[in-house]
Amino acid sequence: MSAAQWRRAMNGGLRASSSADAARLTARAAPSRATTLGVAAASDPYAGSGAPRWLKFFWRTLSPRHVFTLALLLVFPWLATPFLTFQVAAQALLLGTIALSLTFLGGYGGMVSLAQMSVAGMSGYALAIFGSSSTPISLGWPWWLAVIVALVIATACATVIGWLSVRTEGIYTIMITLAFGVAFYYLVLQNYTVFNGFQGFQRVYPPEVLGLNWREPVPFYFLCLFWAMAAYLAVKWLVRTPFGIALQGVRDNPRRMAALGFDVVAHRVAAYAVAGLMAAVGGVLLVWYNGLITPGSVNTGWQINILVIAVLGGMRHPIGAFLGAIIFVLLQTFAIDLIDRERFNLVIGVVFLAIVLFSPDGLLGLWAKLRSRFGSNQTVTSLQRRH
Amino acid sequence: MKMKKRIWIRSMVAAAAATALTGMAWAQGAPVKIGVLATLEGPFAAGGADGMRGAELAIKQRGGVVAGRRIEMVRASSNANPDVAVNAVRKLVEQDKVDIVVGPLSGGEGIAVKDYSRSQPNMTFINGGSGAQATTLQNPSPNFFRFNTEGAQWMVGLGKAAMDKGYKRVMVIAEDYAFPYSQVQGFMSEFCRLGGRVPSKAWVPLGGKDYSSVIARIPKDVDALLVVLGGADAVNFLNQYEAAGGDKPLMGGSITVSQDVLNYRGKRRDSLVGTISAGPYADSFDGADWRAFVADYQKNYPVSAGGYPSPSLFALVYYTNMKAALDALDAVKGDLSGGQARYRDALSKLELRMPTGTVRLDGNRQAIGTTFVTEVVKDSRGELTTRVLRKVDNVDQMLGMKREEFQMGSRDVPACP
Repeated sequence: MSAAQWRRAMNGGLRASSSADAARLTARAAPSRATTLGVAAASDPYAGSGAPRWLKFFWRTLSPRHVFTLALLLVFPWLATPFLTFQVAAQALLLGTIALSLTFLGGYGGMVSLAQMSVAGMSGYALAIFGSSSTPISLGWPWWLAVIVALVIATACATVIGWLSVRTEGIYTIMITLAFGVAFYYLVLQNYTVFNGFQGFQRVYPPEVLGLNWREPVPFYFLCLFWAMAAYLAVKWLVRTPFGIALQGVRDNPRRMAALGFDVVAHRVAAYAVAGLMAAVGGVLLVWYNGLITPGSVNTGWQINILVIAVLGGMRHPIGAFLGAIIFVLLQTFAIDLIDRERFNLVIGVVFLAIVLFSPDGLLGLWAKLRSRFGSNQTVTSLQRRH
Repeated sequence: MKMKKRIWIRSMVAAAAATALTGMAWAQGAPVKIGVLATLEGPFAAGGADGMRGAELAIKQRGGVVAGRRIEMVRASSNANPDVAVNAVRKLVEQDKVDIVVGPLSGGEGIAVKDYSRSQPNMTFINGGSGAQATTLQNPSPNFFRFNTEGAQWMVGLGKAAMDKGYKRVMVIAEDYAFPYSQVQGFMSEFCRLGGRVPSKAWVPLGGKDYSSVIARIPKDVDALLVVLGGADAVNFLNQYEAAGGDKPLMGGSITVSQDVLNYRGKRRDSLVGTISAGPYADSFDGADWRAFVADYQKNYPVSAGGYPSPSLFALVYYTNMKAALDALDAVKGDLSGGQARYRDALSKLELRMPTGTVRLDGNRQAIGTTFVTEVVKDSRGELTTRVLRKVDNVDQMLGMKREEFQMGSRDVPACP
C-alpha cells in the first residue's frame, strides 16, 4: 500500500472519531484480514478457498516475473563462475539484506537510520566473540548457540538505538544514528579486552553442517539467498499486516495516528527491532563471507554505503535494496577494470551521482519512468510522490 | 538521446576490440599473470602508488619477459582494510586468473591474505609490503612467502643508537595495530636490554586527526619520543607537536621517516633533521647495487611524473618481493605446472640478491635480511634525506631471542617502565 493510497484512506476516514473506526479502516487496507471483515472480499479471488493464510498471501503476490526471477536465482550458480557466485551474488544478497532493513525503516517507517551497518557489525562481533576464531578471546561456543546469541544481542541493541532515536525526526534521526555508528566503531577500534581492537577477529568461518562446507561458493550462495528471500518476504508480508499499515500511517502523519489511539513510539521502536533482526542476519552472513571482522567493516564508510545501496535501488520497494546491492557490488568489483587503476573510485562516484540525479527514486524510479514513457499504460505506483 | 546512443555503441565497439586484443595476446605465448595488490585508496594511498612503481620496476628491469614468457601485471587496490584486501585478492585469483599474487601492503591485510592463501593451495602468494609478525609466526601458510623483513626486524639496532645518543627514557607514540606493535618491540627488546626505560606508551587510532590529547600526556622527564606513525598521520602529528611548542628529540619508525614523510612541504619540516630511525634501507647507503637501483627508479619515475626523489620504503619492498617472484620464475624456466610446487620450492631456496644485501628465507618462509640505522640530514639541494649510522646484517624474526622465549609484540609486550 503506497503512501498516497493511505492518505486517501485517512482522508476518507476523517469522520471516524474512535479508534474502532480506525481499526476497521486498517482492516480494509490490509487484504489479509479483508476476508474476515468482508469489506473487500469481492476483489479477492481466493477468499472462498480454505487454504491457510500464508498460502493465499503467496497466490495473491506471486506473478510470472516472480517465478522467472526465482528460477534464475536458483540456477544462477550453475551458469556463473564460482567467483561471480560468491563474491558478486552472495555478497550482493547479504548486503541487500542489510540494506533492506534500512529500506523497511526508511521507506515504510520514515526513519532513515545510519546505524544498520553497526547493528550488523554487532551481530558479527558477537558471533566472533561467542563462536570460534583464531583469536584467544573467542569463547568457542557451538555455532548455533553463538548465532542465536548474536541475533538476540544485535536485535536488543537495535531496539535500544531505536528507542533512543525515535523521538527525533528527519535529519536528527540521521545524526543520532550516525553518532551511534561512529561510537561503536571507536569502541571496537580501541577496546582490546573484548573486541581485540584494530585487528578484530580472523578466521570466523561458517560451520560444516549436513556434510557441506558452507563457505564453498554454492552452499554459501544458497544460504544467502534463503535469508535474503526470507527477509524480503517478511517485509512484503509485514507491510500489509495491521502493524505495517499502522507504521506507514505513523510515517505519514504521526499526530493523527496518535490522536486515533495508536502508540507512535511503540510502533517505531518495534520497526527498529524488526529491522535490527534483519540487519543482524545480514551481519552473521557478512562475517562468514569475509571470514573475519575488524573495525573496518563497521566504519563510517560502510554505514554510508548501506544508505547508498538503499537509495540507489529505490526506497519505495523492498526489491530496491537488492537491485542497489547488485549495482554496488558490481561497481566495487569491476570499476577497477574500466579505468586507470588509481582513479576507479571516480567511476563509482559518477554512477551513483548519475542515478540519483536522473532518478531520485533510484533504479526502481528509473524503471518506472521508462515504462511510463515507452511501455504499456499500466499504472506506475513507484512514481507517486510522498510529501 | 542520439548522441548518447552513439557513445554507447562506440564504447561497446571499443570493449569488443579490447577483448579481442587481450585474446590475441593470450594466444601468442602464454604470459605469466602476476596480480599486484597495494593500497591505492585510504591512509596509505601515496605509499601504495609507490609500491606499484617498485613492482613495475622489477618487471621492467627484465624487459617484461622471464624465461621466454611475457609478464603481465594486473593491479588491484585496497584501502588497508583486511576485508577489502581479501575481496581484491579473490578477484585477482578467481576472476582475473593470475598465476602469482604479490601483495598486500599493510599488516592486518597481510594476515587476512595469508589466511585466504590456505584456501588456494595451488597458487603462490608473495607478500607486498605488509610487516606484521603474526603473518609468518602464527599459522604460517605453506604458500605465502615474505621476502621483505618485517616490522620488528626493521628496528633492530635503533635501541643501541638511542643509548649512544644519550636517550635513557623514551615515550612511544604509535598507531594501534599489529605493525607498530612489531616496530615498538624491535626497538624495545634491544633498548630495554641495554638499560633504557619506556615509562609511557600512547597507542593512537590509525587515521587519527587530532593528537592534542597525546601531546598533552608527554611526560616532562623523557629524553626523546619514538614516533611510529605512517603517512598522513605522521605529518599531522609533526604539525601539531610543533604547533604545541614541543622540543623533544624524535626517533622515527621505519615508515615514519620514509620519503613520503620527508617530502612533506610544511615549513616546519626542518625539525625532522637529526631524527634517528631504522629500516630495511637508507637513501644514502653507498652500495653499488643500491645506487644502481635508485638511478633506475629515478630514470623510470622522475619527480615530474609523480615519482619520489628517491624510492620509498614501499617501492623497495614491492620491488624486493616482485624481484623474488621473477627470479624464482627464472630458476624454474617459467614452469608453473603441477600446482606450482616446483616454483614454490625454488622460492624457498632462493638467495635473493637485493640492492641492500642478500636475503634468504627461514623455515616459515620469512626473510632474513639487513637493517640500516639512519639519521635524517639535509642534502646539498635542500632535500631531506637519511644518512647511514650503522648496518646490521642477518637480522632474523626472533630478534636474537630463542624461539621458546620469544613472545610476539603487542600493546603490553615488551615492557620496561
